Amino acid sequence: MPFNQKPQKFNAKINTVTIGTGDKAIALGGESVLPFYTFDGPIENAPKVGVEITDKGIDDSVPGIKAYYEGCASVADIAKKASEMEGADFVVLSLVGGDPNGDDKSVDDLVAVVKEVVAAVDCPLVVKGCANVEKDAALLPKVAEACQGKNTLIMSAKEENYKTIGASVGLAYDLNMGAESAVDINLAKQLNVISTQLGVKADKIVMDVGTAAVGYGYEYVVSTMDRIRGAALSQDDATLQMPIITPVASDAWSVKEAVASEEDMPEWGPAEERGIGMEIMTAASDLVSGSNAVILRHPQSVATISKMIKELV
Amino acid sequence: MALNGIQIFKMTPKTNCKDCGSPTCMAFSMKVAQGAVDISACPHMSEEALATLADATAPPMKTIKIGTGDAEYTLGGETVLYRHDKTFVSRPRYAVGLCSCMEDADVDAKLEGLKKVDYERIGEKMYVELIYVNYNPNNGQDKYLEMVKKAAATGRTLVLGCQDEAVAKAALDICKDAKPVLNGATAANAEAMSKLATDAGVVLGVSGADLNEIYDTVAKIEGLGNKNLVIDVTGADIKTTFANAVQVRRAAIKDEDRTFGYPSIVNLSRVAGGDKYMQEALAALFTMKYGSIIVVDEMTYAQALPLYGLRQNVFTDPQKPMTVEPGIYPINGGDENSLCLTTVDFALTYFVVSGELERSGVPCNLLISDAGGMSVLTAWAAGKLSSGTISKFIEEQVKDKIKCRKLVIPGKVAVLKGDLEAKLPDWEIIVAPNEAVQLVKFLKEMNA
Repeated sequence: MPFNQKPQKFNAKINTVTIGTGDKAIALGGESVLPFYTFDGPIENAPKVGVEITDKGIDDSVPGIKAYYEGCASVADIAKKASEMEGADFVVLSLVGGDPNGDDKSVDDLVAVVKEVVAAVDCPLVVKGCANVEKDAALLPKVAEACQGKNTLIMSAKEENYKTIGASVGLAYDLNMGAESAVDINLAKQLNVISTQLGVKADKIVMDVGTAAVGYGYEYVVSTMDRIRGAALSQDDATLQMPIITPVASDAWSVKEAVASEEDMPEWGPAEERGIGMEIMTAASDLVSGSNAVILRHPQSVATISKMIKELV
Repeated sequence: MALNGIQIFKMTPKTNCKDCGSPTCMAFSMKVAQGAVDISACPHMSEEALATLADATAPPMKTIKIGTGDAEYTLGGETVLYRHDKTFVSRPRYAVGLCSCMEDADVDAKLEGLKKVDYERIGEKMYVELIYVNYNPNNGQDKYLEMVKKAAATGRTLVLGCQDEAVAKAALDICKDAKPVLNGATAANAEAMSKLATDAGVVLGVSGADLNEIYDTVAKIEGLGNKNLVIDVTGADIKTTFANAVQVRRAAIKDEDRTFGYPSIVNLSRVAGGDKYMQEALAALFTMKYGSIIVVDEMTYAQALPLYGLRQNVFTDPQKPMTVEPGIYPINGGDENSLCLTTVDFALTYFVVSGELERSGVPCNLLISDAGGMSVLTAWAAGKLSSGTISKFIEEQVKDKIKCRKLVIPGKVAVLKGDLEAKLPDWEIIVAPNEAVQLVKFLKEMNA
């Protein structure tokens, strides 16, 4: 008697959101099966991998990343190089320099960087704010203006500033908006609801429901994503059917396991290898929990995760 | 098929004798139906009723034990597909793979290498629990048996990957007392291998060309009375292996197909041999979705630190928060003269706070008192974090060990400052910012 295979069919699907324009545009979502469950049904759009760069220039804290961008003289050069990385589907420009508690760069300076990058790359572009809600509220509408016509994804819209950002990104320029919440299904749902009430189209919203590096409360990430995907597919909850994008790199490269030097922790071996391990494992876990895109930094992680996705889909 | 309480009740003696510990036969039946009590708790069931019930009330996935003593591990026994539905119970165990096709020097290097990973994280000892010893017929029996001896000498529990009956028997003669897994049954040798495993008292691994073949082989071995099994779900490639792992587990738990109600073996050396980064990605993938024994080429700290952290997170009981031991945690080389900061014992809070403190580079001591595993505000609201608990902890466990008399308290419980100053008159109480992420700036400014 053979095994009685029972595929799990859902009468609901994840929204398809297109980012970028032309040949290199990417589509996130569209599936009506759980992540990588190709044995239940087709996965129309494989998950995508983005490469994170910042307005601050080359990240020189990790030798492999520094070496990859060697010779790049401007953020535009870096962006171009990032778009050529093996396995990269899109580029993510993180405007961390805008943080009032850090470099506190002006909105004009940052928008100039965005314009440079927009001109330099032809792949889809994602822009992340500086994580300060007031600054992002002032900054991201200007970024949207600079990105018009490029079908960019502007992330970092939170409950505190979604109105200003949503009105500009979603309504004025018809770009894609990244709705950011912190590892909680109810907050994620609420932000989607109020954003669509504001007038942002549901198929122009991508969720960033937050992550943590593996080992750092990652159980909350798993359960949040599992429950969001469960609600979207088995309960056909339209307010949670947005695809998910997960910024992995910022968390993975900041935990002790990734930053402690080999001098301090001789038995742990080279820090770079530990950082890659953190980034790869967090990304793989996010993808199998329901992320439609992950944001990474290291060329090795980008190549490996992109290969894993190809093997599985 | 699962039975409900009424159906079970009909098979009980209906005497309400209380020998089972429940007040009535009806109450007992309801508990059995929910899986809260095992049917064997009733001493008066007829043999016939027991046989019917044992089948119907058995958990969807068997609990399988491998190894002995300190190296004994429990696999399987899961009742849900998602941790938020209840909890996962048996964490996957990792094996480093050896093969008789390897050079002796490589084998020795691997055995030495796996011993290096040995550390503790939030009360759990992290190390490579298993060694997978694969038999390649081209290299002969003697070489394999030597390798089994070497691997057994490490004290780790072995998984013998061997489909040759005679070689498997010789290998079991070497190590069967340590209860290894014999991963060797196929459609072709099922009967002989099952007998071998049963005689040696070890768990048998079953593999096959596809899920149908595995299913039939498991059913055949179960028919021989052997239900001490694991299923090797490794397929020809990564995609098939993932599909097998998910479908076997889902059939067992969602569809209650007990033929697939066994733990799994996922052999990453076979589907991603030589590619250590791909193995990292897949080790995480199969830790998340349904690997029970996961075989990798090697385990260094670069792989172990994230992987064991992931496993520890995913396999915590959602109803019981992870906590760290109360105590004094020096950070950045903090000593008795360094600044003291305090927060709760909830593991997530501890990790976030200690991470930020490490980033600041400022030598300090993080004081963790028992707050019932709750976050700062929850613990405060529940009375588990108060001026009383903090001052008691400092009086009893800190003041004799630390000379510094500056204590930083979480911004969210700034309200405790006055009380603490009254209770700890020789201490200066400083209020930290509300969010951990602001600590770096706060400490740097304080030190300036």
